[in-house]
Amino acid sequence: MVELAAKTPLAGLVPVTLGGVTLIEADLGRLTSVAPYCGQDRALAAALRAAHGIAAPGPGRVAGQIGARIAGQGEAAAIWFGHRLFLLAGPAPDETLAAHAALADQGDGWACARLEGRGAAQVLARLTPLDLRPGVFRRGQTARTDLRHMAASITRLGDEDFLILVFRAFARTLVHDLRQTMQGVAARGGG
Amino acid sequence: MRIACPNCGERDRREFYYLGDAVALDRPAAGAPPEAWHGYLHLRDNPCGVTRDLWYHEQGCAAWLVLTRDTATHEVLEVALAAARGAAR
Repeated sequence: MVELAAKTPLAGLVPVTLGGVTLIEADLGRLTSVAPYCGQDRALAAALRAAHGIAAPGPGRVAGQIGARIAGQGEAAAIWFGHRLFLLAGPAPDETLAAHAALADQGDGWACARLEGRGAAQVLARLTPLDLRPGVFRRGQTARTDLRHMAASITRLGDEDFLILVFRAFARTLVHDLRQTMQGVAARGGG
Repeated sequence: MRIACPNCGERDRREFYYLGDAVALDRPAAGAPPEAWHGYLHLRDNPCGVTRDLWYHEQGCAAWLVLTRDTATHEVLEVALAAARGAAR
C-alpha cells in the first residue's frame, strides 16, 4: 500500500517575504461550517459554549483565541462566515451542536493565509474594496468580501496582521496576486 | 454606489448582484386568479423615482436584501434583510 502524504493548500507556495510583509500559511485545524436552524440560535450558542467554551460570533466578529488557534495551540475559535453562518476552527464539532445547526465539514476546502508585517494593510487595500482603516475594521473583526474577484474571508489579527481565507482551488492565484502586490508596495517603499 | 448591508455595513456595489423588482417576494396564493400570476410573473414598473428591488450580497455575507432606492438620484433610502420578512430568524 502506497503511503500518501497530505499536502496543505499552500504547501510549496509560501512563505513569501517582500519588503516588510510576509505571507505564511495559517493552520486553523479542522474547519466546520455551522449554520443554525431557524429559532435555534440561542440553543446553539449555549451548546457551543458548553462544548467548546466559546460564544457564537455575531456578524463581523470572531470568537475565541484566534491568534492561539493559528499558532497551533489547539484551542477552538469561531469566525463569522456569512449570513447565519460561521466557521468552527480547531476541534471536530461536538455532536450536541448537530441538534441546533447544520454542520458541514469543510475538509481541506479552504486555503488559509496570514499576511503580516509593515505594509500588509497597504497590500490588501490594493486588492479588496473593504474599508481597512483601523478605526473601521478593527482587530478581531472579520469580513466576507472580494479579494481580486475571489470570494474571501478577511480577519484582522493586528494593525498589520491579517488572516485570509479563499477556496483551496484559488490557493495559487491568491499567492500570485498577493506576491505581485507585495512587490508593488515594496517597490514604492510602502509600509 | 454603496449599499449598507445589515450584516456587513457599507460595501461597494461590486460585491452585490442585482435580481429585480421586490415583487418577487409577494408570491400569489396557489388558487389566485390568472391576473395575479400574470402580474407577479410579467408586469414590472419602470419608475423614475423610488423603487424596491432585490439584491444579493454575493461577494459578502450571501444574504438577500430588499433595497428601497431612487432611480433618479441613485440614493439608497433603505436596506433590509429579505429574511426578516419571513419567520422569526
